[in-house]
Amino acid sequence: MATKIDEAQVRRVALLGRLELSDEEVTQFSGQLSAIVEYIEKLNELHTDGVEPLAHCLPVHNVLREDVPRPSLSNEAALANAPEREDEYFKVPKILDDNSGA
Amino acid sequence: METLKQLRDKIAAGEVKSVDAVKAIFERIDTIEPKVGAYLSLCKEQAMTQAKAVDAKIAAGESVGSLAGVPIAIKDNMCTTFGTTTCASKILENFHAPYNAHVVEKLLASDAVIIGKCNLDEFAMGSSTENSGLKQTKNPWDTTCVPGGSSGGSAAAVAAGLCSGALGSDTGGSIRQPASFCGVVGLKPTYGRVSRYGLVAYGSSLDQIGPLTQDVTDAALLLNVVAGHDERDSTSISEEKAPVQDYLAELDTPVDGLKIATVPHLNAGADASVQKAVEAALEVYKQQGAEIVEIEMPYFDYAVSAYYVIATAEASSNLARYDGVHYGHRSRDAKDYVEVYSKSRDEAFGTEVKRRIMLGTYALSSGYYDAYYLKALKVRNLIRQDFTKAFEQADCLMLPVSPTTAFKIGEKTDDPLQMYLADVYTIAVNLAGVPGISIPCGFDENNLPIGLQIISEPFSEDQLLRIARMYEKHTDWHLRKPEL
Amino acid sequence: MASQYKIVVGLEIHVHLATRTKIFCGCELVYGDTANTHVCPVCLGMPGSLPVMNKKALEFSILTGLALNCAIAPFTKWDRKSYYYPDLPKNYQISQYDLPFSEHGYIEIPAGDGSNKKIGIIRAHLEEDAGKNTHTLGNFSAVDLNRAGTPLLEIVTEPDMNTPEEVGALARELQRIVRFLGVSEADMQKGHMRFEPNVNLHIERDGQVFKTPISEVKNLNSFRAIERSVAYEAQRQYAEFLETGKTLQMGNKRTYGWDDAKQMTVLQREKEEAHDYRYFPDPDLVPVEVDDAWLNEIKSRLCELPLQMQNRFVSEYGLSDYDAGVLTADRATAEFFDTAVKLGADAKRVCNLLTQTGLKLANEKGVTVNQLGIGPEQLVQLAKMADAGDISATAATTIFEEMAVTGGDPMQIAEQKNLIQKSDTGEIESLVDQVLAENAQAVEDAKSNPKKAKKAMGFLMGQVMQKSKGQANPKIVSQILNKKLK
Ligand SMILES: [Mg+2]
Ligand SMILES: [Zn+2]
Repeated sequence: MATKIDEAQVRRVALLGRLELSDEEVTQFSGQLSAIVEYIEKLNELHTDGVEPLAHCLPVHNVLREDVPRPSLSNEAALANAPEREDEYFKVPKILDDNSGA
Repeated sequence: METLKQLRDKIAAGEVKSVDAVKAIFERIDTIEPKVGAYLSLCKEQAMTQAKAVDAKIAAGESVGSLAGVPIAIKDNMCTTFGTTTCASKILENFHAPYNAHVVEKLLASDAVIIGKCNLDEFAMGSSTENSGLKQTKNPWDTTCVPGGSSGGSAAAVAAGLCSGALGSDTGGSIRQPASFCGVVGLKPTYGRVSRYGLVAYGSSLDQIGPLTQDVTDAALLLNVVAGHDERDSTSISEEKAPVQDYLAELDTPVDGLKIATVPHLNAGADASVQKAVEAALEVYKQQGAEIVEIEMPYFDYAVSAYYVIATAEASSNLARYDGVHYGHRSRDAKDYVEVYSKSRDEAFGTEVKRRIMLGTYALSSGYYDAYYLKALKVRNLIRQDFTKAFEQADCLMLPVSPTTAFKIGEKTDDPLQMYLADVYTIAVNLAGVPGISIPCGFDENNLPIGLQIISEPFSEDQLLRIARMYEKHTDWHLRKPEL
Repeated sequence: MASQYKIVVGLEIHVHLATRTKIFCGCELVYGDTANTHVCPVCLGMPGSLPVMNKKALEFSILTGLALNCAIAPFTKWDRKSYYYPDLPKNYQISQYDLPFSEHGYIEIPAGDGSNKKIGIIRAHLEEDAGKNTHTLGNFSAVDLNRAGTPLLEIVTEPDMNTPEEVGALARELQRIVRFLGVSEADMQKGHMRFEPNVNLHIERDGQVFKTPISEVKNLNSFRAIERSVAYEAQRQYAEFLETGKTLQMGNKRTYGWDDAKQMTVLQREKEEAHDYRYFPDPDLVPVEVDDAWLNEIKSRLCELPLQMQNRFVSEYGLSDYDAGVLTADRATAEFFDTAVKLGADAKRVCNLLTQTGLKLANEKGVTVNQLGIGPEQLVQLAKMADAGDISATAATTIFEEMAVTGGDPMQIAEQKNLIQKSDTGEIESLVDQVLAENAQAVEDAKSNPKKAKKAMGFLMGQVMQKSKGQANPKIVSQILNKKLK
């Protein structure tokens, strides 16, 4: 059976999801995800032209809050779970590239 | 063992001290918990302090909340400022939340005593609690079987008498299915009924917190406490749109002229023992004058497909934050910041979590979005229309909860797709956002519990509970307890 | 060498909105405070936390969209944009993808020749800003999330700008607009506004147009840097084209950073990385419907925009474009000026008072001119006194300064300080006669030596003023002098 999601695709998706998979995992996921995606394609049996996508089940809109300050956490509380910190900062290995996307 | 409400009444009346009730529970935990493994952590000290405070209030004649002094367990995907909040994941094994989830605040405000945090499939992804990264929970009815999942710890704790009641969360059946496997009551409220603030997200448009209890009355009592609007959750429904009812008030009043919808071809997909139990349950309703309407739900069969696209897509995004930068596990081997992400995540996430992140990432990725994610959202709409039509013809819909009863630990772990397909009866309910409940309706030949699923219109939990109670009053399945 | 190429520039602009709190949580927006002290579970991306939309951030955005002549969408929603970066705690940014709150607008900028040029706005959407990474820890970087969750308005223009000056003009104009609207402090140094030009060239050769690869330029923290970077890129791209002949293709967009010290752009990323942001609707937030009532209410908060006001000051009040530009640099000054003129003051007189004295005083005090404790009526009175010759221009400045201290009435101050000019012709005439009698040579020069007449006249004028202890109205002195020296 030709695999729906081959190992190259698994690696591409793993990179997007920042998962450093082992070779065994790559092979395993290629097979399993292919089977799952093949099953999911059952959806294509349905004609959905003109059907609105339903992202939210609730008939709710305009949930807005007033621009009123609420207490923040202390610096200590904010950093309490930090794997590494330096003074009042979170610390990570040096960021060399600018990969921000704002 | 008394129910949650019975114990609450005794404590409130001063007949039993909360301290004694809580002590008794911890003594039972000491002997039974090693066989079941329902808890990831216990908070004995904090529980005893709370219990004493409640007793003092009662002794002083002060008014107390509606869960005064009773020992409650919560699934370990709800944030607490005490203890850890792990989601049964190595990535959060040592995580201490700086805030309490909305439901935790509600429990504390009602004077409940939170005794511990229950095991689950890692990040609530699974139907057997085998995906827990920290522990294996066993089914109290047969400890070689799974308790169901993902709220397997909560269901097992209630079934084994290791708490008076528990909270779970349900994204695709994660309250109802373990409830049915463990022979307890499990209610998934309407999406928006209970605030998700502080519930660690799996599939945000599907997740909902609800009670797991010994009987329907207790479910109503717990729902009374946790339901209601919370301004910190934009998807929690406002009081004007859907006011919270007193779910206990009319609970014992049967629904007049009850019309029940069933979908014969769906029932046919379940094991014989399950089919038989569900049919017998329908008989119980008929005897009380209910009318059965057979209907079709043409899109129901597509629910599993739609669900595993939508839930995993949301999950892939929700779980992106576990990266070893601001909290949680960080790999010791990371050479640069990108490896902090990829190595930390690889080391600490379990296989099922990785699989779902992969699936969801794939479904959202460039070139596949329309074919998978958008398509799934459209089918979701069709599935919701199925429910809308069903509720035009009947007051509720009755289905099995799961095609099988509890299966052996390790029996299905090799084939994820087969595991996903078993969610067929519960998943559509989350996609449509409607409320559903699982109540005990029999046992199979191996003495494993079977659940009946009742589903009703959005925000009609009052009616749903009344319908469930109609059955419970005429049966005693819920009174049976496992021998441990 | 005049038209070797046409520069084509579009801008991507990010503007911090001046709300009190962040876009999705109640943390206060404070610039420059201790790191990680304005953070909470929501903006730290803690497990289980949920965003709730700040109404004011949305209203500020819509107001700006209206000012940029955009169509405001009746239905808008929030999407997640996924990418991993340590300053982005959730590893997705809440933004707007396919349904931004506004689209299809334009901004008018002064073209430099007195006319205006319209630059198209493709879209404006609202999103959250990320935190800040700093790289001062040797082999490590430090992350501060105080800025994470700041409401950020992203504006994308059409590639309608064709000179560095136009790009600079747009940046300045936008700053003026958002300040007029009060939706942003728009301080570039503080990062309130960030401009990223997308630059390329259209080179015509043998009747064919060659387009160079697009460069996106980052790290621009002044208007000057914006203009210089565009000019630099144009030259660099042209040289590169001559050398390599490379033209625009899918995926060959490059990212450059501006090195202000070296005054040049530096390549940051060779190829636009195959970004796959995996946008999808944020399930934690609900959509927004903007109905007519709400939109009209926001519309009512719009004011006359700075460029319109500037043009009006030129056409109606006869000010120079430069003066009108100075007055409309901020809304408080512009409106204060406009009110004074509408109350009957001479426009040029008020303009001089405000630009030469008012703005200086306000700047020293760190306030706007309307906060100096001087009402427009008082300013009108001062202007009229100067116009009538009751006080000299120098005296007007002195009185202005005094008014800003005491809040007193200009006439009273003038009297107290003995600054009222003498306009009594009889009295002045006798002073003139004395001066003429004492300075025969100068009188002679003024009357009959064309080479020295002007200088002599000035000298005599000065003598009269001195004799009057500076209190004679110079206009009248000059009239009498002229008459007597005919
Ligand atoms: Mg952006
Ligand atoms: Zn915050």
